Amino acid sequence: MSNDVWSVGGHTFGSRLLVGTGKYASIDQTRAAIAASGAEIVTVALRRVKLDRTKPSVLDAIPSGCTLLPNTAGCTTVDDAVRTARLSRELGMSELVKLEVIGDERTLYPDNAATVRAAEILVGDGFTVLPYCTADVVTVKRLCEVGCAAVMPLAAPIGSGLGILNPHIIKLILEMVDVPVIVDAGVGTASDAAVAMELGCDAVLMNTGIAAAKEPVLMAEAMREAVSAGRKAFRAGRMPRRAYATASSPETGLIGDGPAKLPNSPVS
Amino acid sequence: MPALEIIVNGAPRTVAPGATVADLLADLGIARGRVAVERNGAVLPRAEHGRCALVAGDRLEVVAFAGGG
Repeated sequence: MSNDVWSVGGHTFGSRLLVGTGKYASIDQTRAAIAASGAEIVTVALRRVKLDRTKPSVLDAIPSGCTLLPNTAGCTTVDDAVRTARLSRELGMSELVKLEVIGDERTLYPDNAATVRAAEILVGDGFTVLPYCTADVVTVKRLCEVGCAAVMPLAAPIGSGLGILNPHIIKLILEMVDVPVIVDAGVGTASDAAVAMELGCDAVLMNTGIAAAKEPVLMAEAMREAVSAGRKAFRAGRMPRRAYATASSPETGLIGDGPAKLPNSPVS
Repeated sequence: MPALEIIVNGAPRTVAPGATVADLLADLGIARGRVAVERNGAVLPRAEHGRCALVAGDRLEVVAFAGGG
């Protein structure tokens, strides 16, 4: 683990890439993609056991050192989300939960008001709550007020791969909160992940961006490198943007007669 | 005594009188290590599966982790 670690709810991590386990072609592919991603936090969903057949467990795909982050995906009410979180805790023996309360079926946009209510109940119940929310400064303020351990604004709709649609709001959120900011949803390719990290996000969570690639395991590796590169660029601090060129090579001492002045230098 | 009617994962099911949650899971062929059980809206801790006798009308949810994002 490098020195550049981050923490959430008392757990410390070196990797800033969180990955999901949905939509893969097989358990073997899931396992290979998680390994290639280098992720230390892996999300899982909770579903009714099929009573008529036994399926391989997704747990078989997750390296033993990883931290499980159960989600409440698919829940549309406070009550369902709270029940799902409690069942996940019983199953995973961990207090971490990725809270999702969906408010719209087509966009899978979260119901922010319901998410805040569910978060308040779960925090009171001892959970470490990482809520999925819209990129909205007031919502993240409310989520912090009720004690969430991080905020996870969406960059674009879940599974859309549209990238960071509103980097300005993500920056505002970063200025506003003291808890980790994890971009969750919308990352479609490596540059999207790098942009999120260059903005200063603490981490990025993705599933479809890897699982729906033509070569998921290769994309997992690309995402790992992009998150790492974006984080390094953020720490390094990018140069200011300028409207005109500034020469990289010395402008004096050029060969030939006359003063060493470039033909199109701006007149001062 | 007549068999008990209960609901498991939304579907009706019959169990023998006196059956516990652990008995039900064994009947269903479910390994207890990887499932969690909710009984009538509240989590039933694993340690209580063997002690909890089912009652007619019980509503159970038997869940496990699945792939998700």
